[in-house]
Amino acid sequence: MTVTLLHFQVLAAALFSIGIYGVLARRSAVLILLALELMLNAVNINLIAYAAYMEPVRATGQVIAIFVITVAAAEVGLAMAIILRLFRNRTSVDVDEVDIMKW
Amino acid sequence: MTPVVFYILAAICLAGALGVVMTRNVVYAALLLLLALLGVAGLYLVLLAEFLALVQVLIYGGAIIIVALFVIMLTKQEEFQAMRDNPQWPLAALAAIAVFVILFLSMREGSPFASERGSLGFAELGDTLFAQWAVPFEVASLVLLVALIGAIVIAREGGEEE
Repeated sequence: MTVTLLHFQVLAAALFSIGIYGVLARRSAVLILLALELMLNAVNINLIAYAAYMEPVRATGQVIAIFVITVAAAEVGLAMAIILRLFRNRTSVDVDEVDIMKW
Repeated sequence: MTPVVFYILAAICLAGALGVVMTRNVVYAALLLLLALLGVAGLYLVLLAEFLALVQVLIYGGAIIIVALFVIMLTKQEEFQAMRDNPQWPLAALAAIAVFVILFLSMREGSPFASERGSLGFAELGDTLFAQWAVPFEVASLVLLVALIGAIVIAREGGEEE
């Protein structure tokens, strides 16, 4: 028995679903961000698995995964800065209390 | 051999991921995320993507988790302990399970892919990245630069307070 593409797809789908649960159920902005990272990683697993099982092997999947990691790094840097700013201005990182833009 | 390695790594990933969304302690959540991300790096090795495994350990393990830990330590700890999950968490669980079922049903269809993994050398990856994808690569570096400058401006002390 070998490891097939389906194995990786099921694992990536499970990780993505766990990430969705984390984003929807958590209230701390930091924890939401961590769950978001899980979802990005699930997508990366899919990209690289598809690239590896492609016939013939192509580099495109891995290149796109590199871009996803780059954007994830930029996103984490910005989001953490925003969370710090939020904490300094409102002394809380509870996303339920951030309703300044709600009409 | 490979299936055993795959299942061990998958178990590490899933356990870490479940820990991230279940635990009350934010620091534990960040460290469990590190565990899950290192498991993902191992999976990249199973998929014969050595460069991506390296990048995963460096960027996620070395940079993103550290930044997350810094922010956790710079924001108030007690509040995290007292903060319960959203009261609508059963709905969130339902949505997550629904997404998983939909993804699972959509992946059952016959796929035109090979049954064995192929490997890709560093040289070939570099060729593709710097020839075919040169312009997107430069744009990505610009995105990173803008994001870092933005992060500095936003997180800077002082400035216009409300």
